[in-house]
Amino acid sequence: MTNVHPIPSPSILNEDRAHEADHPTSLVAKFGMDQPLKLDCGIDLAPFQIAYQTYGELNADRSNAILICHALTLDQHVANVHPLTGKAGWWEIMVGPGRPLDTDRYFIICANVIGGCMGSTGPASTNPATGKPWGLDFPVITIPDMVRAQAMLLDRLGIETLLCVTGGSMGGMQVLQWTAAYPERVFSALPVACSTRHSAQNIAFHELGRQAVMADPDWHHGRYFERSTHPHRGLAVARMAGHITYLSDAALHRKFGRRMQDRELPTFSFDADFQVESYLRYQGSSFVERFDANSYLYLTRAMDYFDIAADHSGVLAQAFRGIKTRFCVVSFTSDWLFPTSESRALVHALNASSARVSFAEIETDRGHDAFLLDVPEFFDIARAFLESAGKARGLGSTGS
Amino acid sequence: MALQEQALPLGGIAPDRTGKYRTDHLLVADMIGRGSKVLDVGCGDGELLQLLESRGIDGRGIELSREGVNHCVAKGLAVVQGDADTDLVNYPDDAFDYVILSQTLQATRQPKVVLENLLRIGRRAIVSFPNFGFWKMRLQLLVGGHMPRTENLPATWYDTANIHFCTIKDFVELCDAINVKMERAVALDLYGRPVPLNLPWWVWNMFGEQGVFLLSRGGAGK
Repeated sequence: MTNVHPIPSPSILNEDRAHEADHPTSLVAKFGMDQPLKLDCGIDLAPFQIAYQTYGELNADRSNAILICHALTLDQHVANVHPLTGKAGWWEIMVGPGRPLDTDRYFIICANVIGGCMGSTGPASTNPATGKPWGLDFPVITIPDMVRAQAMLLDRLGIETLLCVTGGSMGGMQVLQWTAAYPERVFSALPVACSTRHSAQNIAFHELGRQAVMADPDWHHGRYFERSTHPHRGLAVARMAGHITYLSDAALHRKFGRRMQDRELPTFSFDADFQVESYLRYQGSSFVERFDANSYLYLTRAMDYFDIAADHSGVLAQAFRGIKTRFCVVSFTSDWLFPTSESRALVHALNASSARVSFAEIETDRGHDAFLLDVPEFFDIARAFLESAGKARGLGSTGS
Repeated sequence: MALQEQALPLGGIAPDRTGKYRTDHLLVADMIGRGSKVLDVGCGDGELLQLLESRGIDGRGIELSREGVNHCVAKGLAVVQGDADTDLVNYPDDAFDYVILSQTLQATRQPKVVLENLLRIGRRAIVSFPNFGFWKMRLQLLVGGHMPRTENLPATWYDTANIHFCTIKDFVELCDAINVKMERAVALDLYGRPVPLNLPWWVWNMFGEQGVFLLSRGGAGK
């Protein structure tokens, strides 16, 4: 029979992930029945909690706070060791002492989004009404819901205005939602590799991912925790498909070409003969270690629903009318998931609103994922933009 | 229209003792009041915008080259990547007090449309361009039989970005044709010094290496 190597089962136990969802290795802000999160679907979610990490110190006049909004498959562990995987933080290249988001100067906050699985209330959290994981009983959430929850967290932290809100991809969508919903609370905004709406192609890729999860017999209509299973194969396939969209043809070719994996000749099987196959399988199987399958369904859905213009009579510029926030929009040449044209449309709308906006397109062949990688030109721009925002806000140049 | 009649005396350019800024940039900056909102179209690496910001002017920029934009943004300037020919239409009417087109008009595909857009977006426009009527240009064509090249315009004809050269005289005629009012006009010589104003216009067109014009929308009738 022809040889097949399926995606391996995750080594991190369901119990560990479930525990992290309810009792995260993070700071946690708990909101009681008296402080519900008003969701776009019409439901008041209460109680709920937001897990978050902070880096650096908040200055005396609370003017140096920067909020990082994380992308779809990431979490609040920006610049510390991940509690489940033991790996380094996902944006350590950007966040730290002397880095563009300098923890010696700024107070950095990153919260797990509502609907996530790393400690903010989501489908993997325990539903207080049943004592079981929410699963598909969790209400469908949106990008505005995520931002509303973050605003409640900032209220709790006593931070009225953010020096900057930044993030890439889904994080960039939250940045834009912040500026549309709470312009007076955002002094500057640095949305990266994102768009004001999800395109049909983006929705299509997400649907592919969701169907892969739901087609996995271990999914059990979202009740896999109770059956001690996890649809790791479906979720891995979703991640593999997603991961292809985060890269570019050129980057894949440069990294792998048609090179073979630990072998000289084809095995005439469905084993991972090619390096690119092996890489994708690794991406898929390592993702399922730390991510909840239902969370993936909910967060992809939130991105699909995102369309700022639709919330403002179909006119994007209306969303930013009279806005005082300073913007720096960044895109990458080889990003075909959120192409430069999307950023340009945003910039046109911001211009039409007379907003103070910078826009840089950075040349790289690394695709959408470039915002997470070592791209010095991007770092220089982020650093200078934050410095000029800090200066405009009266922050000292050598600390607060 | 005689250019001389339109030329209003300048208050004199503030001397740049540091040598940090170009004379033509200082000339442009002197035309703009503090607190004005300004768009610099084709802002290059942001030298003029930095000068404007240092004078308390709210400056924004558009630049075609990605490197130029990224330099500007890395200096903390509000600059977007864009093309004067295609992107000015996206700006609303009266968005700025001044729109500057510095040494860029000759590189646009449709100078007339660009000029019209400048004065739609901004209440005033400041336009500077190399004068193709400059004596050195004329001499090279007349005597040398070559397309002219100067210190400031060193590119050969086959790789120059400048596709729409004009003389000061040509520009004045264009302004006339599209009912644009000239509030100030200055010609700068090869060293960036203003050509004395008491000289007749043909001297400007001959000895002005570049022209700098402050323009506003013309009235209904002239």
